[in-house]
Amino acid sequence: MSKEWPLWEVFIRSQHGLAHKHVGSLHAPDAEMAINNARDVYTRRNEGVSIWVVKAADIVASSPSDKDALFEPSNSKVYRHPTFFPMPEEVKNL
Amino acid sequence: MAKIEYLLRQGDNALILSQQLSQLCGKGPALEEDMALTNVALDLLGQTRMWLGYAGELEGRGRDEDRLAYLRDSREFRNVLLVEQPNGDYAQTMVRQFFFDTWHYFLMRGLLSSTDRRIAEIAEKSVKEVTYHLRRSGDLVVRLGDGTPVSHAKMQAAIDELWTYTGEVFIYDELELAMVEQGVAPAAEALREAFLQHVSEVFAEATLPMPDPGAYMQRGGKQGRHSERLGYILAEMQFLQRAYPGVEW
Repeated sequence: MSKEWPLWEVFIRSQHGLAHKHVGSLHAPDAEMAINNARDVYTRRNEGVSIWVVKAADIVASSPSDKDALFEPSNSKVYRHPTFFPMPEEVKNL
Repeated sequence: MAKIEYLLRQGDNALILSQQLSQLCGKGPALEEDMALTNVALDLLGQTRMWLGYAGELEGRGRDEDRLAYLRDSREFRNVLLVEQPNGDYAQTMVRQFFFDTWHYFLMRGLLSSTDRRIAEIAEKSVKEVTYHLRRSGDLVVRLGDGTPVSHAKMQAAIDELWTYTGEVFIYDELELAMVEQGVAPAAEALREAFLQHVSEVFAEATLPMPDPGAYMQRGGKQGRHSERLGYILAEMQFLQRAYPGVEW
């Protein structure tokens, strides 16, 4: 049975979380069951969470071999990094 | 006292069904189903503890939830016959669950306005869990009923097997009528209507024919008259407690 079930990636926003985080994956025959299963497997029913499920096949990932071309240019230009500004205490979650 | 008896009935339903679902741990048709089934079992066990705990308090004879669960014999159990029916195949497990969840959901909704504050509180905690149980089992009934010819046939066989056990919860005896009288429990008729309505909606979607609401219904569980199956369930469940009574664990 599981052989016919596609893989789904699960993203969860926890009760006080600001964004959905990838928490893992599971097999399910369709989106509705993937949501139900994600809730059982990954949330332990924490109230006030939001779940996204996405077919793994629909996710396009950057290729590891492109790593240098994609990320190296920004690493060598530290003046682009916002690390030189003192942040006021009131600004949270930046 | 009637209320203690009423609490035992609620607790025993949840306890026996939870015990049966626990036996499926590691045997579900898929990993995710396995998780879901054991989740439902855990929910029901949590509800059992609340019902039996309250029953023990009211009784005031020092029987806590453990003593009530592990040291009563089958004649003293008050669960309906539906929950002691065998797990069978997955169709039977899910049909049993769906019938139970449907009734359970409407009962908990009704108990939210119980004149007994503790009962209303237990119902409030339970209703969130039961809402999910109902959604899940209904979903699976549709999937299996409207699945392949084989799954449809298995669902039909499970319904034929179990339908006769669905009426017991609506056959109120004097004890339950007294509970309705005192505003502790909801009346049977409204529950039964809601139950039949929901079952017929889900079955229509599942391409399963609605069974005859006027069919003969088995009864006796609520009064302690059980099928022999309950004896086996209890023998396994209570073994350790009876072998080593009074041990802290």
